[in-house]
Amino acid sequence: MSMRLKTGGRLVNRASQVEFNFNGKRLFGHEGDTLASALLANDQMLVGRSFKYHRPRGIVASGAEEPNALMNMGEGAKFEPNQRATTTELFDGLSVGSQNHWPSLEYDIGAVNGLFARFLSAGFYYKMFIHPRPFWKHIYEPFIRQSAGLGKAPTEKDADTYEHLYAFYDVVVIGGGIAGLQAGRTVAASGASVLVMEQTAHWGGRAVVDGGEIGGQSTEDFVNDSLEKLAAMDNVTLKTRMMGAGVYDHGYVLGYERVSDHAPKTTGPRHRLWRIRAGQIITATGAIERPLSFAGNDIPGVMLASAVRDYVVNWGVAVGDRTVVVTNNDDAYRTAIALKQAGLDVPVILDARANGAGSLGDTAREMGIRVENGKAIAKVKGGKRVTGVAICAQAGSGGVLEEIACDAVAMSGGWSPAVHLYSHCGGKLNWDDQAVMFRPDLNRRPTDQNGEGFVTPAGSANGELALSAVLADAIARAKEAVKALGHKAPSTRVPEASEKGENAVEPVWLMPQGAGDKLRMKTWLDFQNDVKVSDVQLAALEGYESVEHTKRYTTLGMATDQGKLSNINGLATLADALNTDIPNVGTTTFRPPYTPISMGAIAGAARDEVFQPLRQTPMQGWHDENGADYEPVGHWRRAYCYRRGSETRAQAVEREILQTRKSLGLLDASTLGKLVVKGPDTGKFLDMMYTNMMSNLAVGKCRYGLMCSENGFLIDDGVVARIDEDTWLCHTTTGGADRIHAHMEEWLQTEWWDWKVYVANMTEQFAQVAVVGPNARKVLEKLGGMDVSKDALKFMQWADGTLGGFKARVYRISFSGELSYEIAVPANEGRAFWDALLEAGAEFDVMPYGTEALHVMRAEKGFIMIGDETDGTVIPQDLNMQWAISKKKEDFLGKRAQQRSHMVSPDRWKLVGLETLDGSVLPDGSYAFAPGTNANGQRKTQGRVTSTYYSPTLGRGIAMGLVHHGPDRMGEVIEFNKVDGSLVKAKIVDQVFYDAEGAKQNV
Amino acid sequence: MLLLECPYCGAKCEETELSPGGEAHIKRYGPGSSDQDFEAYLFMRENPKGVHFERWRHVYGCGKWFHAARCTQSLEVFGTYAAQTFEPPQEIKDKISAKRPGWSWRDFS
Repeated sequence: MSMRLKTGGRLVNRASQVEFNFNGKRLFGHEGDTLASALLANDQMLVGRSFKYHRPRGIVASGAEEPNALMNMGEGAKFEPNQRATTTELFDGLSVGSQNHWPSLEYDIGAVNGLFARFLSAGFYYKMFIHPRPFWKHIYEPFIRQSAGLGKAPTEKDADTYEHLYAFYDVVVIGGGIAGLQAGRTVAASGASVLVMEQTAHWGGRAVVDGGEIGGQSTEDFVNDSLEKLAAMDNVTLKTRMMGAGVYDHGYVLGYERVSDHAPKTTGPRHRLWRIRAGQIITATGAIERPLSFAGNDIPGVMLASAVRDYVVNWGVAVGDRTVVVTNNDDAYRTAIALKQAGLDVPVILDARANGAGSLGDTAREMGIRVENGKAIAKVKGGKRVTGVAICAQAGSGGVLEEIACDAVAMSGGWSPAVHLYSHCGGKLNWDDQAVMFRPDLNRRPTDQNGEGFVTPAGSANGELALSAVLADAIARAKEAVKALGHKAPSTRVPEASEKGENAVEPVWLMPQGAGDKLRMKTWLDFQNDVKVSDVQLAALEGYESVEHTKRYTTLGMATDQGKLSNINGLATLADALNTDIPNVGTTTFRPPYTPISMGAIAGAARDEVFQPLRQTPMQGWHDENGADYEPVGHWRRAYCYRRGSETRAQAVEREILQTRKSLGLLDASTLGKLVVKGPDTGKFLDMMYTNMMSNLAVGKCRYGLMCSENGFLIDDGVVARIDEDTWLCHTTTGGADRIHAHMEEWLQTEWWDWKVYVANMTEQFAQVAVVGPNARKVLEKLGGMDVSKDALKFMQWADGTLGGFKARVYRISFSGELSYEIAVPANEGRAFWDALLEAGAEFDVMPYGTEALHVMRAEKGFIMIGDETDGTVIPQDLNMQWAISKKKEDFLGKRAQQRSHMVSPDRWKLVGLETLDGSVLPDGSYAFAPGTNANGQRKTQGRVTSTYYSPTLGRGIAMGLVHHGPDRMGEVIEFNKVDGSLVKAKIVDQVFYDAEGAKQNV
Repeated sequence: MLLLECPYCGAKCEETELSPGGEAHIKRYGPGSSDQDFEAYLFMRENPKGVHFERWRHVYGCGKWFHAARCTQSLEVFGTYAAQTFEPPQEIKDKISAKRPGWSWRDFS
């Protein structure tokens, strides 16, 4: 059984007691425990179920590479799935549940999948569920959806806060083991600024567990000494609990700091995402131990040798009483020695190498440990936990020589440098046959904006595993990094480190070497995704030669651990099956993040009201207080309508329209874009921007204009006013102000840069109010000031003056068909002016109206709306707006495009009005059917609805739409589809439904 | 995430401060041009693996358009320069030649 030992555990405070909860059970641990060490201390070997077969799963590792121990953590608004027990620091009140089982961890119904393992082989999704066809939708998919997915999705809004932080350093060192600390010291000595980050809460990495001496100090003293020296320097920043999540182009690094995961009651953000720019990046990310591939290697109790050692040394936890060690390298002997020193039994070390280990082997033997060279595990015995191993010769096919009872197996298949961060930006690897690992090729490092290498691996991450080699490499790489930055490299000398004479690792990709089908079907490569040696071999047989294809076909190396343990073993198996060598197979692509980071950290503070900044008009306060029912328009919120009492939206809109048409309405039009275009060449410029002529617009007059892209398509419209000889004011749509400003700048800067024109976006400098209705003039006259009479201010003219004491610019324009003035006042007077209009308008029962009333009234008048009648494929000619396209101008944006064959085709759909025979409102976006079907068997269409409303003025539905040969088919009845599948008949009519002669606005 | 220096204000811009504008040095064809020229102007673009010339706007900064010469494969930046020009400055062409001997892009080399 796994348990806490009486002594040992350098990281735990035995005087403390921390209570936590696992699957409803109350358990206890110590400060300094991880969730994994605390679970093991409580003999909780079984921690989850595998993805496909729901096999029992135990903890395999002690760090970020853990594939199995994933937990649903917390509750309610603090719930988060897939938290790794090995990287979760224990805190009082922590509550977790294991994942991927039903009804319980111990008795899981899904485990029956294991009985059908032969049907769930590689590519099973593709093979099994194709036939019969209807079964997919009704039987297979519901079943797969129910069983798929790790963990549960949170149901409540995240209660924690997160933030982003920008930082800049000459050098960022990722990894706080001895390589990272030594590299940090070397960089710091050069005077360069350096950040050293460590993903765990503790410095020193493996070296403090593995022991040895550096410059006469213990590794632990060396680490503490280094930290002291670094902390004393101004140019050094040290950060624990911060993972290098990703390395991106041009020195961009993401640091994922888990600020308060270990102490959730502290205030402040839970996670902080550091967005760092670094001149040079040193990845001292260490190495990850590989599992060995033998039958039953997924049974709880089979663990990485280094993890078994970590649990004993760091947390004083024994994984078992009797641990069999199985290895292809010398390092695993350290585990056997550490276990023996802790008073635990190691029945045997099985070394797959015929020649066995170096000096560590001698030490083990001296301690009385039985060592068997050339031996392997034929099979691990046990179900939910290990009960023993059957031993065989590595060279054979698995003939059992002996069975040994044990309750844990410590395996080591050698070490793979953690090259992830080095590779994120394209760092290349070489296969090292001697060291049996992919290691970085320093001549093919990721390059930066200057074409120079900017990511340098150091220490074990660079393939150096021995203590002295790690230190020498860290110093050499750090010197290169500071030199690359133009600093003088310091004269750091390599400290002397103790060395054990180690024998070389030997490649062991299958144990025993000749394992037959039966054993290979029980030999796991990927514990999380249930991929076995037999699956990869099957994929190869079926022609999957590319490692990327095999990954997707078998799911090897997918999901939350992204194959940190399984990838190398998997591709070695693939290489063997394809009868090629490992470099020919290559690796899959390493992509950020290194381990999953929280969605909250990615969002940072950008949520709720600060997710997107909202723009407010000066009158927003009034809208808020008067029942405004908002809709988003660009970054603005505009009142859709103002609801009174228990009114529905439709009732409010109807009231606003009727009152405006009858007496007086007000619209907050401040959001309309207002671009001032100024300079001697402005006329020429606007003639290019607009389809119609703007250069000949007289001072004091307004003209409605259309803007097209160079493709000929309509992009915006609005009223242009000539302010003086070289100044025009261009109104844009509400959503279009920034876009059209940018559009003008682009042409001015990149095409006609010699034209003397300046554009300023004045949208927010002015509040603008549309005063609309038969009593519009009366209310302005009541305010008093400038002359707004019919003759003094004619339709499509503007004038400056004062109204009720407010400095105002009054445009006599109409988007509703009523007598209408749009009045601009300085933004800071907008609310006062609005209030004055309300007060003066009281006797006319003035009624502010929202965007929906605006839309309905413009549709009653047959005016187009950008975004309704246009969708990026519509040209002015489609909307019968030839009148707004100048024939005199030689050129304007879109003119040439509108001459292309498809643009002049008579078959383009054109704008008409539509009137249902039954008076109902046509569904928005509805299509008009035409006889026959197309090649896909779908009904042919001959038109579509672009705007459709209930018109309170007319008491029935009105619509506009684009219809094939529409203007030539007035009076014809065509059929449109409804959402329920039925059809509705509509007559093609003129698009102007109300006051076609314009009598109402021209008074 | 790219870093590009704005040749106007001198800021070393993060890519998030910029908006991309596609290929640089495109000649406009207007009314009177052939269908072929106009189609090429509107739609035909280079897609090189290597040296490329692009337009960028320092949109969350000084607002100016500028050009960048960079390698689409390695993301190496050879230089940035003002947009008010019909071809890359000689010094940038020289720099590219030093790093990518024998390069060519459209009519430039």
